[in-house]
Amino acid sequence: MRDLTESLIELIRRTSTDLSPDVQQSLEQARDREERGSAAQSALITILDNVELSRKNSTPICQDTGTPIFYVRYPEGWSTRRLREQIRSAIAAATKKSYLRPNAVDSLTDKNSGNNLGDDAFPTIHFEEVEGDELTVELMLKGGGCENVGAQYSLPNSQLGAGRDLSGVRKVVLDAVQRAQGQGCAPGILGVSIGGDRGSSYYASKEVLFRPLADENANPDLAKLEQRLTDESNQLGIGPMGFGGKTTVLATKITGRHRLPASFFVSVSYMCWAHRHRKLTVRGEEVSYE
Amino acid sequence: MKTLTLPISNEAILDLHKGDPVALSGVMMLGRDTVHKWLYETFVRQTRQPQDDDLEVYEAIKPLLNGGAIYHCGPVVAGLDTKDYRFVAAGPTTSIREEPYQADVMRYFNVKAVIGKGGMGPKTLQGCQDAPGVYLHAIGGAASLIAQTVVKVLGVHKLSFGVPEAMWVIEVKDFPAVVTMDAHGQSQHAVIEQQSKAEFERLLAVPF
Ligand code: SF4
Repeated sequence: MRDLTESLIELIRRTSTDLSPDVQQSLEQARDREERGSAAQSALITILDNVELSRKNSTPICQDTGTPIFYVRYPEGWSTRRLREQIRSAIAAATKKSYLRPNAVDSLTDKNSGNNLGDDAFPTIHFEEVEGDELTVELMLKGGGCENVGAQYSLPNSQLGAGRDLSGVRKVVLDAVQRAQGQGCAPGILGVSIGGDRGSSYYASKEVLFRPLADENANPDLAKLEQRLTDESNQLGIGPMGFGGKTTVLATKITGRHRLPASFFVSVSYMCWAHRHRKLTVRGEEVSYE
Repeated sequence: MKTLTLPISNEAILDLHKGDPVALSGVMMLGRDTVHKWLYETFVRQTRQPQDDDLEVYEAIKPLLNGGAIYHCGPVVAGLDTKDYRFVAAGPTTSIREEPYQADVMRYFNVKAVIGKGGMGPKTLQGCQDAPGVYLHAIGGAASLIAQTVVKVLGVHKLSFGVPEAMWVIEVKDFPAVVTMDAHGQSQHAVIEQQSKAEFERLLAVPF
C-alpha cells in the first residue's frame, strides 16, 4: 500500500494556513456590508489581512488549530490500520513544523502530549469504504472556543416554547446563537442536526459543515430555514467578535437524522470564521488538493 | 488609535474608554486557564501549598504583572527544540473562562490590562474599576497577524503546563486591540448582550 504521509502533511498545512475561497469570499462580503469605519468592519479587515498573511507565510490562520477531524473515504483494498498510522504520523510531523499547536491534553493528568496525539479519538478519524478507485481525505480543524459554544437541545423545550417541528428548531438555534454572543469568534457558521441520538446528532452537526458555504440544501424546507436562520441571527446584532454589527453568522447548514420516537435532539455546532477545511484526492498516482 | 506602553499608569487607564482602539507596546505575560487557577489557588487564596519552582516563578512574574498586562493566549511556538523561541501564531483565547479568578488576580498583582477575546462578566468589570484596569479585546483568530507584533520572546515559565498553557514572556510592538471594558464601569459586551437579548425575544414571538 502506498504511503500517503507526505501528502497528508501537505493537507494539514493547507488546512491550517490557507483558508478556502468560499469562506474568504463570504468574509469579504461581510466586510463590505458593515458600516464604514465601525469596529465590526475593522475586525473583518484585520481578519482578512490575517488570512492573506497566513497564506503567504504558511503560518496557522489561528493558533488554536483545534481538533483535527478526518473523514477518509477509501476504495476496497486499502488498510485502514495503516492509513490511521500515516494520519497520526502526519499529525505529529505537522505539529513539529508548527502548522499545528500541540493540543492533545490528558483530561486526568492535565499533561499535554506535545505532539497532538492522544487516544484513538485524537485526532478523530472516520473511515468509510466507497465504490470506485478514488481515495479522498477531508480534514476539518475544529477550534475549542467555538466548540465550547455549541449546544444540544432536547425538544420540546417549554422555556423557549419550542416544539418538535421546524418552528421549534428555529427557536433553539437562535437561542444558541444568542447565548454564544461573540465567544465563538463570530461571524460563525452554524452546523445544525435534527434528530439522531445525542452522539450521532453532534457528529452530524459537524459533518454538515463540510458542505460548501454557498450551496443550497436539496430539501426546500431546510433551504428556507437555513436562509432564515442566517438572516435572523444577523438581526441579533451581535456582530464580528461580538462588537455589534450586521454579520453574526455567515451561513447555516442543516441536516436530519432518524430518531427514536421518544427523542428529538437538535444539535448546533458553531464553527468560527476560521472555518478550516480541505480535501485531498488520490487517483492512481495523482494527488490533488481542494 | 491610542498608544499604550507597559507598564501602564493609572492616568493612562482612566483615560481609556469603551470603544477606543489601542496599540500596545512593551513586555507582557501570557496566561490562560492553568495559570489563572495556579495563581489564584497558590498565591491569592493560598489554598494550595507552593511546590517545585512555584515561589521562584512568583518572584519573577510579580514585577511583570505590577502595572502590566496578562494575555489570554495559547500560542504556536517554533524553536522548541533549540529554545530559540519564535511566535508563529498568537491570537487570543476565550476570556470568560477566567471570570472566577480574573478580578482577584488583577487586584492582587495590580494588573492593568487583561487581553483576550469574547469579553468578561460583572466580576471582572468590577475588577477593572478597582485596579483600575481595562479589558482589551484582540481579534480572535488573527493569529499570524498578531504574532508579527511580537518582537521578541524573552522567556517562558512553567513550560511543564504545556506550550498553550505556559507563561510566555514577550515583548510586543503595536499590539492591536479595542477597549471593550473600561475602568469606568462600561462594558461593550453587556450592552450587546442586552440588545441582542431583546431582539431575540422579539424574534421568538414572530410566527413561523
Ligand atoms: S474560535 Fe476559532 S478563530 Fe477563535 S480562537 Fe478558536 S479556533 Fe481560533
